[in-house]
Amino acid sequence: MRDALGDVQSVLVLGGRSEIALATVQLMSAQRVQRVVLAVRDVASAAADAEALRSNGCAVDVVAFDATASAEVHAEFVRTVCEHTDIDLVILAFGIVGDQTVADDDVVHTLDILKTNFTGAVSVLVPVAERLARQGHGTIAVISSVAAMRPRRANFVYSASKAGLDAYASGLCDAYAGTGVHVMTVRPGFVHTRMTEGMKPAPFATNVGVVAEAIVDGIRRKRNIVYAPNILRFVMPILQNVPRVVWRKLGA
Amino acid sequence: MTQPLRRTATMSGWGGTAASTATAVEPDSVEQIPAILKESATHRGVIARGLARSYGDAAQNAGGAVVTTDALDRILQFDAQSATIRVQPGVSLERLLQFLVPRGFFPTVIPGTASVTVGGAIASDIHGKFRHGSFCDYVETATLVTPSRGAIEISATQNPDAFWATAGGMGLTGIVTEATLRLHPIATALMRVDTTRCADVDACMEAMVDDSLGERYSVAWIDCTASGKSLGRSVLERGEHAPLDEIPANRQPDPLRYGHGMSVPGPPWAPSGLLNPLSVKAFNELWFRKTPRHPHRGYVSIPGFFHPLDLVRGWNRIYGKHGFVQYQFVVPYGQERVVRSILEQLAQHRCASFLAVLKRFETQNDGMLSFPMPGWTLALDIPVARSGLNTILDSFDEMVMQAGGRVYLAKDARVDPQRLRVMYPKLERWESIRGELDANRTMRSDLARRLGL
Repeated sequence: MRDALGDVQSVLVLGGRSEIALATVQLMSAQRVQRVVLAVRDVASAAADAEALRSNGCAVDVVAFDATASAEVHAEFVRTVCEHTDIDLVILAFGIVGDQTVADDDVVHTLDILKTNFTGAVSVLVPVAERLARQGHGTIAVISSVAAMRPRRANFVYSASKAGLDAYASGLCDAYAGTGVHVMTVRPGFVHTRMTEGMKPAPFATNVGVVAEAIVDGIRRKRNIVYAPNILRFVMPILQNVPRVVWRKLGA
Repeated sequence: MTQPLRRTATMSGWGGTAASTATAVEPDSVEQIPAILKESATHRGVIARGLARSYGDAAQNAGGAVVTTDALDRILQFDAQSATIRVQPGVSLERLLQFLVPRGFFPTVIPGTASVTVGGAIASDIHGKFRHGSFCDYVETATLVTPSRGAIEISATQNPDAFWATAGGMGLTGIVTEATLRLHPIATALMRVDTTRCADVDACMEAMVDDSLGERYSVAWIDCTASGKSLGRSVLERGEHAPLDEIPANRQPDPLRYGHGMSVPGPPWAPSGLLNPLSVKAFNELWFRKTPRHPHRGYVSIPGFFHPLDLVRGWNRIYGKHGFVQYQFVVPYGQERVVRSILEQLAQHRCASFLAVLKRFETQNDGMLSFPMPGWTLALDIPVARSGLNTILDSFDEMVMQAGGRVYLAKDARVDPQRLRVMYPKLERWESIRGELDANRTMRSDLARRLGL
């Protein structure tokens, strides 16, 4: 159960190799976390991360999960993971940036990004939210991106996928009001991670620690939307309103 | 038999934290209870909920059933000869007071609010300013409907194990459907109150231990924002039921008139930052200053002495949408330094505690999860809208545990389950008795899930 101070006891991470999600769970594991389930594409790849969490005293399961699998497979996956215990917190953290230059010429790559980040995410969020509503409590933290708010030429397929996910999470939050389920959308800016290695950092670039702290704080305060760093809460509405000609000139 | 009403509801405790959603079941007679327990056995269990004054998650059951006892509020039998009263579990202490005081009786143990039900009072084995026992010490007998053994009569002599597992058992042994309480005779409805200002926590404790007044009730309001030399400066109130010959002449004709006075609603909404270190300091300063410098004696009504906070309905909302926790612990006599050290650290961390109350106990009963033990108990209200609070409170828990003390489950919303096992050494015994009364854990609550009970 989540306690009065927002600390949870069991966490399911969808995309268990996400550095943001792992840093969040690390941070929480110092408090009340007893059980962590890391859902990853390649089970062997998460061994070291699982071990690090175990050394904090958590019971850790690593389970195979393919974001692009069918809805039936996802439903079965959620049923299995939640069979015997409640899940207090679900972090939806998987996603790919893809390569915009490839996507420009190859619709298959474009669709791959959408299938993972958007339709894949939605098809697992549906059974997750249903399950949490049945148990009468739970938080879902959906990792979106500020890219969802204003697409950039340099990664607009990624932006589109996150925009879809962001809108879906926001609707899900309303749909499950009154069920005990809380859906929180997390919008990080540019974060230095494996995923963004070699990319040119955007302004207000941040690191996983800052994002993890923002997530933990957001869960505690039951926020609907969390920005990391927080200043983006004020910057993004401005960027959203920059005229298109200027936006292009900015090389954004 | 009619079917109880059912609806989906999101519930939290008095602290307004960690809400969860469940099916609220509203029986209109106690005869419906066994069937409700049976139906709930297969799906996330059931817990009873009275007036929801437990601060944390004791009276909620995410995804399961929550039985509200509002309609089970009949006073069944009053016997002045034996000074007992038999009631249903949903009868509130306010209702008991209204009924009993004019008849010259008083529920022996009464907590800081009259808005609790008899069922809840048994489940939490509540205590108050009375230091010679807790609520269940004055429960003569009760009927408990259990999932595994059906309805059983429990008392300190009949099924004593079940009785002492239920006293303070947080509703996890079954649902009490009626209880007989032993009463205290009173001559008037007024309280004689001696009020003293104490310069610091040591002076306060010393004054509290001094029994020369022989008073029945005592409580100290501590200013948690004071530090240094005035650490724990406080206002000590000692009360006794006023004898007939002492009360003012204008009350003589009708000495047992129970005044419940006026109450005003609390704010429907308050900004989360309303209670900040500054405003809390100002309030505490005022509270301290309004008390005359020298000890004085006065006569006040029963609610005026026992339930000053009941005058503001819904005062809990003042903490804003994130709510608050009440941290209450007890440490044995000889461990006064723990009280002092926690007060020191609170002042240091600027943990704005709006209200801090110090009381003491002289006895403890056989309740396996009962809170009171001979010693000092300090209760603090702390808003949760700050990070790192669990770390601070965990360090308090550690000190309390090391001192052989414990935290109060009716207030708890965050204790580490492993520490709880040390704090309550009879927990294992309780679990085995619970196993007999409820083999399949049909009685469930969020508190039980959180603490692995």
